[in-house]
Amino acid sequence: MIRVVDLHKNFGRQEVLKGINLDVEAGKITTIIGGSGGGKTVLLKHLNALLLPDRGSVLVDGVDITKIGESALNNIRQKFGVLFQGAALLDSMTIYDNVAFPLREKTKLTETEIQKRVEQRLEQVGLVGAGYKYPAEVSGGMKKRAGLARALVMEPEIVLFDEPTTGLDPLLGKSIHQLIRKIHGTFGFTGVIVSHDIPEVFKISDRVAMLANGVIAEIGKTEEFVASQNPIVRQFVRGETEGPLTVL
Amino acid sequence: MLSLIAQIGRTTIQQLAGMGRMFLFLLSAFAWVFRPPPRLRLIVEHIRTIGVDSLSVVLLSGVFTGMVLGLQGYYSLRKFNAESFLGSAVALSLLRELGPVLSAFMVTGRTGSAMAAELGSMKVTEQIDALYSMAINPIQYLVSPRIIAGLISMPLLTAIFDVVGIYGAYLIGVGLLGVSSGSYFAGMQSSVVFHDVWSGMLKSVSFGLIITWVCCYKGFHALPMATGVGQATTESVVLCFVLILVWDYFMTSVML
Repeated sequence: MIRVVDLHKNFGRQEVLKGINLDVEAGKITTIIGGSGGGKTVLLKHLNALLLPDRGSVLVDGVDITKIGESALNNIRQKFGVLFQGAALLDSMTIYDNVAFPLREKTKLTETEIQKRVEQRLEQVGLVGAGYKYPAEVSGGMKKRAGLARALVMEPEIVLFDEPTTGLDPLLGKSIHQLIRKIHGTFGFTGVIVSHDIPEVFKISDRVAMLANGVIAEIGKTEEFVASQNPIVRQFVRGETEGPLTVL
Repeated sequence: MLSLIAQIGRTTIQQLAGMGRMFLFLLSAFAWVFRPPPRLRLIVEHIRTIGVDSLSVVLLSGVFTGMVLGLQGYYSLRKFNAESFLGSAVALSLLRELGPVLSAFMVTGRTGSAMAAELGSMKVTEQIDALYSMAINPIQYLVSPRIIAGLISMPLLTAIFDVVGIYGAYLIGVGLLGVSSGSYFAGMQSSVVFHDVWSGMLKSVSFGLIITWVCCYKGFHALPMATGVGQATTESVVLCFVLILVWDYFMTSVML
């Protein structure tokens, strides 16, 4: 579904991605873990061309999205839903309008149909009755849920999650993970999660990839990944300060 | 010495590249105006923000500018026994220069800064990325309607500024200092020609463009850090003030 080939990205003199190769399987949840500031979000933003690489390609259903025009790219982007780290809700709109926004912009649905769809999504993420509130009036957890509702409202084939539990307490984080799993069961989308919330995120992942030093150091099914003897993976998963990964 | 020349060269190239990016940004904003879907609702919304919400500050500054002009004009003209020309002096200075420039300053401070801060905050909190990810072009959604609203609102605000300024000066000149009401308006009628009004309006349209263009650009390119929004806001206001004055000089010299 998504194939990343030899992806390189520099910011000034800083080399962030040094040749990423990654296959995201259709219908599965693939989680990318790695240290803070290691380039996970940068990699995620390349998957729907929010960032363009210096070298390499990103293929979505066989189309290299790094080399296509804006119109073709917009068609590809409509396959995606994105849950941003801070939810990125438009703060001039209520939660209801935020969720309805992609439908109003990109479909010809009537307002009654939109209302039905939005209320359904808000119910799925546990936000019944909160639609009239503005993003500034709700908690971080509610914002994430609203962001998730917006990401799912167009019924996308692929959903990208950028640190979905960052800034939430462990219980709320767990509830977001359960919600992602539940909604994945309903919609069957292809999911890519960027997270360092381990081991919790393993419970909802089909496959896990480890990004370290600008490359994918390890990738595999979750159970294989957890049992990996790769010293980088072992150090990161166990949270050890000594090992091949430099902590400070 | 060589490193100094290299530094000057680098800075010049950076500045030129920055100007190029700003012009491309403006071209892109205009190009998106003509592409569907039309954003009439957003244009009206921004006319309210730029126009209606700036009305009180424009009224207040207009009336006091007029009052000061009335006062200063009277004392200057009295030295030449020419108090009867007060109406012409006030109207010409307001219509040609002070109206467009001062109302543009007010709108920059009142709305332009807010525009830069709002877009900057949207950039920092990934709301602009969110629009891209929903296949919605943020320049079409956020920038083009603001620029069109600026082009429409600014001449209207300037016209209001001019009118309240003229009545502000009337209040002082006629009401307080004893200039004849008839000579105040008769002088104005005989000396103000359509070209004076038209040149002021043309200036205000161009100032509307400068304010919305600069403030949107600076907000749109705010650095994603805690100080990014503040820096974008400050830069946009300072650049607007400078550009308004520089452009005002060029327009005046061309249209005089």
